[in-house]
Amino acid sequence: MNARWLSGKVAAAVFTLLFVIVFNFFLFRVMGDPTEQLARLPRATPEEIDKLRGQYGLDRPLMGQFADYMGDTARLDLGTSQRSRRDVVDEIWDALPWTLLLVGTGTLIATLLGTWMGVKAATRRGKKTDDALLGFNLFTYASPEYWIGILLILVFAVWLPILPSGLQVTPGAQFNSAFAEILDVAKHLILPATAMTLMLLGQYFLIMRSSMVDILTEDFITVKRATGMRWDRVVNRHAVPNALLPLVTLSAIQFGSVVAGAITIETIFSWPGLGELTFQAINDKDFPVLQGTFLIFSFGVILANLLADCLYFYLDPRVQSK
Amino acid sequence: MSGRQALRLLVDTWRGRFGLAVLGLTVFVAIFGNVIAPYDPTASSLDVLQPPSFDHWLGTTESGEDVFSQLLVGTRTSVVIGFAAALISALLGSAVGIASGYFGGWTDRILDSFENWFLVIPTLPLMIVLARLLDPSLWVLVAVIGLTSWAGTGRIVRAQVMTLRERAFVERARALGASDFYIIKTHVLPNTLPLIFANTVLIIAVAILSEAALSFLGLGDPSRISWGSMLENAFGSGAPSAGAWWYVIPPGLCITVLVLAVTLIGFLYEEIINPRLILDRES
Repeated sequence: MNARWLSGKVAAAVFTLLFVIVFNFFLFRVMGDPTEQLARLPRATPEEIDKLRGQYGLDRPLMGQFADYMGDTARLDLGTSQRSRRDVVDEIWDALPWTLLLVGTGTLIATLLGTWMGVKAATRRGKKTDDALLGFNLFTYASPEYWIGILLILVFAVWLPILPSGLQVTPGAQFNSAFAEILDVAKHLILPATAMTLMLLGQYFLIMRSSMVDILTEDFITVKRATGMRWDRVVNRHAVPNALLPLVTLSAIQFGSVVAGAITIETIFSWPGLGELTFQAINDKDFPVLQGTFLIFSFGVILANLLADCLYFYLDPRVQSK
Repeated sequence: MSGRQALRLLVDTWRGRFGLAVLGLTVFVAIFGNVIAPYDPTASSLDVLQPPSFDHWLGTTESGEDVFSQLLVGTRTSVVIGFAAALISALLGSAVGIASGYFGGWTDRILDSFENWFLVIPTLPLMIVLARLLDPSLWVLVAVIGLTSWAGTGRIVRAQVMTLRERAFVERARALGASDFYIIKTHVLPNTLPLIFANTVLIIAVAILSEAALSFLGLGDPSRISWGSMLENAFGSGAPSAGAWWYVIPPGLCITVLVLAVTLIGFLYEEIINPRLILDRES
């Protein structure tokens, strides 16, 4: 891989991250008055609030506070949750694996299913299969993911009570093997992961479909057909690999909506990840946690963008030769 | 694409007709919803979580309010926020995109990195933070959604303006001594407008979904009913586990159908500008 190109991309990502960190400070300190948050403490007298302000360094000049904040962030100290009194970093660390599990499963299935559906629709363009797939995917594309989640609960947890409506494990359950525990988590994962999949599926499908439609009209496909190669081989060997490229770029752009989906879907299913943490922080006006999750979400998106850039570079020789 | 062509497209394709019909109905309900609503949408009663009946076409909520009336009255919030936020986003995105693409150089570098940041920062968390810090009201939501969703428009407009700037008719105007303002007004803007329009239509969909998501998370205007706040109340009161489908399905379906209508219209115009994106054979 081209080292100069890579270092440029990494530098840009670091720069963006720095901007987000600085932005984060001013967003919370300048727009939201921290004393107002302190005043929410039950039965706090003005003296106590003053003392707290001193303790948090809020009585110092803004630039001093900013220096403190940058130092703390560099040491990965994101403050203390006002609700649980735990370190925000610990809260995030506990929630992260659950979010990664949900987001990873949903993205993986959506990519595979969306690609497959897109190929099917493009090769049967204008036929009934295409119309049905297009209709289904446009519908899921336009619908709010948490509403789909609620519908899934309604159907699979209430009407046909076959799956749990929330949480990540059966509360209070004792497992006699690790396998039984994994099975229980998997059962709890089905509905939220389905909601996540349906949220992402439409985008993947639409891009894959138009990309395939595009490729199938190109000359080299006609040439391959003319050589007498079987049609499904032309599609699978020659059209699909070429049509996959736009999907790589898309998955990076999609990461913002993946984050949004994590917040609302985890809320619906009480899935103990970063989204649920964000939702609780919204309700409790727990600003340190909100600030922390905003930072980690931004970091995730920046990282995903960088990885997608690298993958694109690796996959598309045309970019490499420039 | 002239105005007449743009209109023809709406009438001649099924997607255009569907979009137009849904939009027309929605705007009508947004204006007259309060008048047609059979009940006061906030009047509670003892008929709690009742399924649809002759009295309550879509049943009742957890505090005995009429779901159908809430749906009608809530339409206005979604429509006003969707359109107003998309307008802000379009104005901001085009201003930044045109300035950046037309002037180039340092203006472009600064504006472009600004755009990049906004493209990368995940929008919903940013909206959540802003809406939480400011006290939520209708216009705060409009501002928050509008100010966070312009970067995509800016990027597309910038690319278009950069190619326009090099075209012969723009260079001719410049050689004849036309001012930047004149060139932008008579040459750049008219040729970018269809693109801005198609993009803004798609942003309406984004704005409607964003309002619904924020309201659903409890960050909506507490004094107004919206489809998102209905879902928030339904979910918060345990309507899904109570099997109250009449309370849960309608608000989400309204959001979906409106977003679908707007998206289909947006795609229709995008295809004219970029034929590679064509969705079906008739257009």
